[in-house]
Amino acid sequence: MDFPMFHLDWLNDRFLIAMIAIVHVFINHGLAVGFIPYIAWLEQKGVKMAGPTQITNPAWDEMVYKKMKVAFIITTTIGAMTGVGIWFSAALISPSSIGSLIRVFYFAWFAEWVAFVTEVVLIMIYFLTWKNANATLRGKLRHIRLGWFLSIFSWITMAIIVSILGFMMDPGNWNKHHSLLNGFTNPIYLPQLFFRTPAAMVLGGIFGMLLTTIFGEKGSIERSRVLKSAAQWILGWAPVTLAAACIYYNVMPEAMRANMSTAVGTMEFEKYYGLLSYIIPGAVSLVVLISIWAWARPGSIRFAFVLVPCLAAFGFLGIFERVREFIRKPYVIGGYMYSNLLREEDYPLYKRDGILKYATYAGAAVITETNKLSAGRDVFMLSCSRCHTTNGINSIVTVFEGVYGKGEPLEENSMEAYIPNMHNGRTYMPPFPGNKAELKALAAYIRHLQLSGESLEGAQTTGVIVNPLQNVPAAEALLKEEKNP
Amino acid sequence: MTAFLQAGTPVPRDIPLDLPLPEWLLVVLLVVSFLAHIVFVNLMLGGSVLILWTQLKGLKDKEYDTLAHEIARTITVNKSLAVVLGVAPLLSINALYTIYFYSANALTGLMWISIIPLVTFAFLLTYLHKYTWHKLEHNKPLHISIIAAAVLVFLFIPLIFLANINLMLFPEKWGTVRGFVSALALPNVFPRYLHFLSASMAVTGLFLCWYFGRRNYPFERYFTTLTRYQVRKKTYSLALAFSLFQFMIGPVVLLTLPAKGMNWRLLGIIFAGAAIALPAMYWMWKAINGPEEQLNKHFGKVVAAMTLTVLCMGSGRQVYRANALAPHKKLMAAKTAEFERLSAEARMHPVQEDAETPPGEGGKGAAIFQANCSSCHRPNEKLVGPPMTEMVSIYKNDAAGLQHWIKTPGKKRAGYPQMPGFPQLSKEDLNELSAYILSIK
Repeated sequence: MDFPMFHLDWLNDRFLIAMIAIVHVFINHGLAVGFIPYIAWLEQKGVKMAGPTQITNPAWDEMVYKKMKVAFIITTTIGAMTGVGIWFSAALISPSSIGSLIRVFYFAWFAEWVAFVTEVVLIMIYFLTWKNANATLRGKLRHIRLGWFLSIFSWITMAIIVSILGFMMDPGNWNKHHSLLNGFTNPIYLPQLFFRTPAAMVLGGIFGMLLTTIFGEKGSIERSRVLKSAAQWILGWAPVTLAAACIYYNVMPEAMRANMSTAVGTMEFEKYYGLLSYIIPGAVSLVVLISIWAWARPGSIRFAFVLVPCLAAFGFLGIFERVREFIRKPYVIGGYMYSNLLREEDYPLYKRDGILKYATYAGAAVITETNKLSAGRDVFMLSCSRCHTTNGINSIVTVFEGVYGKGEPLEENSMEAYIPNMHNGRTYMPPFPGNKAELKALAAYIRHLQLSGESLEGAQTTGVIVNPLQNVPAAEALLKEEKNP
Repeated sequence: MTAFLQAGTPVPRDIPLDLPLPEWLLVVLLVVSFLAHIVFVNLMLGGSVLILWTQLKGLKDKEYDTLAHEIARTITVNKSLAVVLGVAPLLSINALYTIYFYSANALTGLMWISIIPLVTFAFLLTYLHKYTWHKLEHNKPLHISIIAAAVLVFLFIPLIFLANINLMLFPEKWGTVRGFVSALALPNVFPRYLHFLSASMAVTGLFLCWYFGRRNYPFERYFTTLTRYQVRKKTYSLALAFSLFQFMIGPVVLLTLPAKGMNWRLLGIIFAGAAIALPAMYWMWKAINGPEEQLNKHFGKVVAAMTLTVLCMGSGRQVYRANALAPHKKLMAAKTAEFERLSAEARMHPVQEDAETPPGEGGKGAAIFQANCSSCHRPNEKLVGPPMTEMVSIYKNDAAGLQHWIKTPGKKRAGYPQMPGFPQLSKEDLNELSAYILSIK
């Protein structure tokens, strides 16, 4: 790769992106896309429930306002910053892929940004003018309309992003025509959008119910009524979510078959996929149960009772995201770039000359007996470190011990035989890119890791070593050659 | 150019895809969207510094505590706009300067990613501060500490951005930088930082002068002794004072800029920007020192002139960046083209992998075995999985059973890891493969 390699050797690089992204998705779905329409709906109900001389039911409105305040604070801090955080972390860990995607998806992201700016401006107006809008009925009705309008914008932002997600997994289209349209026409685009919409609504509802148990005064009529409303909201959306989840669940293997003919049936996928078949009915029925309870006996609902289904519902979304990420492998951009950030089309060159020769940052391009370990470390950094650590999460030592037996000495010969063929059996793995000498160096390095427990620092702490074949004098020689061939 | 001859300067390959828009258009988008972003960052930073200062003053004079509260109300909006407006320039700089920007990010990675939790934390603190104003009325030290902590974070974050935006201009330093602190130590970071802080105070002063002057702002409802004119005059003076200070720090920034990006065009743009600020400062002076009703007289002109100045400075910044990177970009383009050529050539003539001849006979079946099975299975010895001889002993007359196992292996056996399935193999391939395996003796 042509970038200094940022690497978190204990936490695992992918974990960093995943952590930030999952928090963002939770907030986006549970506190914006699904929550704002729920709040607008409740605000509207408050007006309908008002006494003859009132604009809205004040106690009801106050409770709804407090819920919106929580969503406002969280979305404009953690929500917004994790959104930026996805960019930051992806650029650190996966610069080649995100850099390539931006060149194709600039417009999509720009459009998404415009929708996003509108969304943030509207959410600020919606929340910050709430109290002033309560002065007149006209103002209140306008405010409620604004809530619905904001709901539409939150949904549009999500609809665009789903297209970008869809494109990244689209088989082979990258190589044929790079256009955003492929994202929208992707076979899993509509099922995914159809799934995310009601799932967000359910998340919004269950989170709303949780907040009601915090803000609603125990035993008050308003608390019971708001809990009942949340139950209605969830019970209305839950069957749609279940149906949409089943559709999405069924098209997923189909999409995978198209993506990579080899992936269906790998045990790792089976594991997640199998988990889903428990989690979907499990989480949905928990949420439905608590809703029926809240609907029948709102007075007896407590914070702790709602917390469990709330966590289950968020977990449900989390597992879906995990499966979606997994479908991509062994590519980061379907058919174009492997998850080690190397382009598929460059493999013949790497196989012929090795990856070290073309790496901008590497200690040496030629492997000798003396530099074997440090060269192996470079090979590891270049071809394994995006997903594996040395001794941390998903460590290379652990995965090999999983193959050869825990604590067994890792034999270099066996690993040398295994690595070049692993992608046939473990189809989520990209093929090993390097040449024979690099393979041997890598095997030696892995054995060394097992023995020494050494860790590997990324460019953010140790800096980089510039490959003498990839420096300024080398590039100048190229320019001279061009002029006097 | 001598510095450029260094062997320690890397020349990476560029992303071999076209830019999404003509380069000039991306540059315009970058400069304009960046300035929109940075103005709100200025307001967020300047505003929170002023909140802290006025609230400290408010310990003695309650009116200033009210003033702090009023400024705090603007932060909620300004900080949100600062973040969302930051996405467009981030996208544009990512597209235009992919290699340079991402390399700098990676080299300062830990601090770079820390921006996310730090800013989130500071934002939460500003809300906490705003919404506990009455609750903590009798515990001012705690209340003020909250905003002080947020201010500290806000003051620190620009250093991370500047270290990055500076480091990206100097590939010749990439080989020697070891983390954020050493990137921070490169020349020019601190002068630019001071320049930015001073701009923040000037922009905030101008903004607040407008904010408190709005006709529908019920100033008299909140304040009893402080008058609208007093507050506006103070904020206007703040803007003028820091504009003057910019004339002091500006030349330092210019002088500490490494020479490689300098040219006459850059100087022209910078001096034009400075020149436009001069009449604005004169009008400010007149308004501040004139009679009360004259305070607004030149305000529109001042804002217009200062906007032009900011546009010039923003463009100058981009011109320096383009100049500084031009020679390196040329080398990078040559490198990229060369690599694409080599890669295409290797694709045309791939090397034959020297496959070890598998034992036994079987032609195609042996080849399939070699590609799919040989990393775990050997004829006579246990490797990852059991030896082939063991398969033969189990499936001697049961090719279908063997094929079924290969396609969807059963449960893990003691002493071996779970075997992955091979559903991708066709019926024909499986026939060949099982025939080959069962031919082993």
